[in-house]
Amino acid sequence: MAKIIKAKINGILLRVEEGTTILEAAKRVQIKIPTLCKHPDLPPSASCGICIVKNRGSHKMLRSCCTPLDEGMDIVTHDPEIVEIRRTVIELILSNHPNDCLKCARNNQCELQELTADFGIKEESFPQFLRDLPIDTSTRAVDLDPKKCILCGRCVHVCQELQDVWALSFLERGMKTRISPAGDIQLADSPCVKCGQCSAHCPTGAFVEQDHTAQAWKGLQDPDKYCVVQIAPAVRVSIGEAFGYTGKNFTKKLYALLRRLGFHAVFDTSFAADVTIMEEASEFEERLLHGNRPLPLITSCCPSWVDFMEKFYPDMIEHFSSCKSPHEILGVLSKTYYAEKNKIDPSKIFMVSIMPCTSKKYEITRNDEMSASGFQDIDAVLCTRELVRMIKQAGIDFDSLPDEECDSILGEYAGAGVIFGSTGGVMEAALRTAHYFVTGRELKNVKFESVRGLKGVKETEIEIDGKKLRIAIAHGLGNVEYILNKVRDAKLNNKEMPYHFIEVMACPGGCVGGGGQPYMVTDELRIKRAQALYEDDDQKQVRCSHQNPYIKRIYKEFLGKPLSEKSEKLLHTNYKARPVYVK
Amino acid sequence: MEHAKLNPELVSLVQQWKGKEGNLIMILHEIQNHHGYVPRELSLELSRMLDVPLARIYEVVTFYNFFKLTPPGKHRIALCMGTACYLRGAAVILEEIKNILGIKEGQTTKDGLFYLDVVRCLGCCGLAPVVMIDNKVYGKVKKSEVADILSKYIKEE
Repeated sequence: MAKIIKAKINGILLRVEEGTTILEAAKRVQIKIPTLCKHPDLPPSASCGICIVKNRGSHKMLRSCCTPLDEGMDIVTHDPEIVEIRRTVIELILSNHPNDCLKCARNNQCELQELTADFGIKEESFPQFLRDLPIDTSTRAVDLDPKKCILCGRCVHVCQELQDVWALSFLERGMKTRISPAGDIQLADSPCVKCGQCSAHCPTGAFVEQDHTAQAWKGLQDPDKYCVVQIAPAVRVSIGEAFGYTGKNFTKKLYALLRRLGFHAVFDTSFAADVTIMEEASEFEERLLHGNRPLPLITSCCPSWVDFMEKFYPDMIEHFSSCKSPHEILGVLSKTYYAEKNKIDPSKIFMVSIMPCTSKKYEITRNDEMSASGFQDIDAVLCTRELVRMIKQAGIDFDSLPDEECDSILGEYAGAGVIFGSTGGVMEAALRTAHYFVTGRELKNVKFESVRGLKGVKETEIEIDGKKLRIAIAHGLGNVEYILNKVRDAKLNNKEMPYHFIEVMACPGGCVGGGGQPYMVTDELRIKRAQALYEDDDQKQVRCSHQNPYIKRIYKEFLGKPLSEKSEKLLHTNYKARPVYVK
Repeated sequence: MEHAKLNPELVSLVQQWKGKEGNLIMILHEIQNHHGYVPRELSLELSRMLDVPLARIYEVVTFYNFFKLTPPGKHRIALCMGTACYLRGAAVILEEIKNILGIKEGQTTKDGLFYLDVVRCLGCCGLAPVVMIDNKVYGKVKKSEVADILSKYIKEE
């Protein structure tokens, strides 16, 4: 049992476990100490100084984010002196922050702007000291404007520790300190995997998704284009946050909304996730029963994970599922199967993906396979935050939109398809179908609880036909090393493989915690978003991808069978080792 | 990608320091001493050998003033910005040097002749403002004299 500390905050007596920070303790007695550099996902960096408090009897200012409450402390969180110091801290930050809020992607959603408003700062109290640093748009996914960086260190911590990518660091020191891609190069030449967690954690507009809404509007306005759209599983459960709802599933409202934006056909990436499962479960069955390629099989739905693997673990290429990610599959099927059936010229199809993800923007031109049909699978990718802006630009009243259904024939999904948005979801969906493929029998209980939840590495054993399958799931790239080192070790020493099947998602929580999702995500919110997906699955009549009638139909009418020549050509891709540093 | 290789002495140094606390700075010191700066290819090589991300190496290299990322010029100009020199117009002298040579502090001229460094106190405040080129000290420098001083070194070439 941890020791209990007795102390006062603003005169309120409280007891907390030893080690609780003043900031945390204050929350428990309904006191919100303002913060800026602190993010709930990350340990305190104590870089900004907004959260200072005083211990009565001492003039020393304590940073409440990193100071534990101590026995007998009598903390004051707000008095005229403290408020004045906080104001000065903000004014100092503003003195080297560009004053272009109106034109900033984070306008109205910026944590610095909010504090400036809260403290009623109306004029520049210090002379402006601006750094002349160029904007980096090289990744096509996430843009970096180092001038807007307030040096809080969130992105650096996320990139180095949470994601273990090390694309970002602070260079130089003192007044000259600046955020920079590794070794002072362009982001695209750095180890960056485009996961966008920097943009999801940045308090200002230093990191933002590359905005492709103009491209989308242009496509929608073009009378020659036949505009097709798809929404990813994780978008439906997060978009509500922009309109005041948390943990709610807006699938059917989104279908209505996308039609009103002007799309001719509204599809669902969850359907393509079912296709992914058909292909991936077949790959697994082949490897397990026929051993033509080595186990473990590793999932490939996440383009940041693919990029990470190609850079840091190219020795794992033979283990990778060759399956494209679901949105690419939906893209290629729209421009082939759907186009053929509806007699639409595929060159006229303008295909937009609404994704929780910044990396999908990079993925659409990742290699030639992304245009295997002769047409680029996807023409534009918008992340959730961009769709929110389009809704507002279009003047659509989100709250009172009716429910509508998705368009046929690439829309109806099984429960398995929609849980792709959560960590463990791809694994669970694959196991449901793999069980059927391997045994020929349907599962009685399709739920695999042990693969769910936010634990960084999940290891479990699942029995199929008396055979024990060892499963591993990681989310957040920093958790990958543990799993892959075990695989490497087994390969090196000719030992039995530690796993049969591995799922990896780059973002913490999986796609529900994606880099393109609404801001200020916490684990609590990730759980709520995932829960809404699992509820969707629970309510579905059809839970397994192979039972989805539209899946049966597409294989009958178009693809033949999983891993057929046509499937291989259109739905699969290849990988190659890439240098960690291009320059 | 082709990379310049570390020389054998540095390789053995890396081996000797591998896995030890504080190894990065020690090795970077040796590289800096040997080459006069830390060449990018060597940082990349070091990153691979030590399994330390390039981001970390550059954090260290750019944090400490001692480490340079560009080759040093043949002649090092050290302009003093200490209190006395500053008050006696060092900023004007600095501007003049920058104008003539077309470089900023911490940079080397394209022809590799001069490297411009701004320092704090050269220990002869009585001569303020002071410029030191290599080991020669120029005191009470006037703006109008800067071009003459520099031209001596240019003529030598």
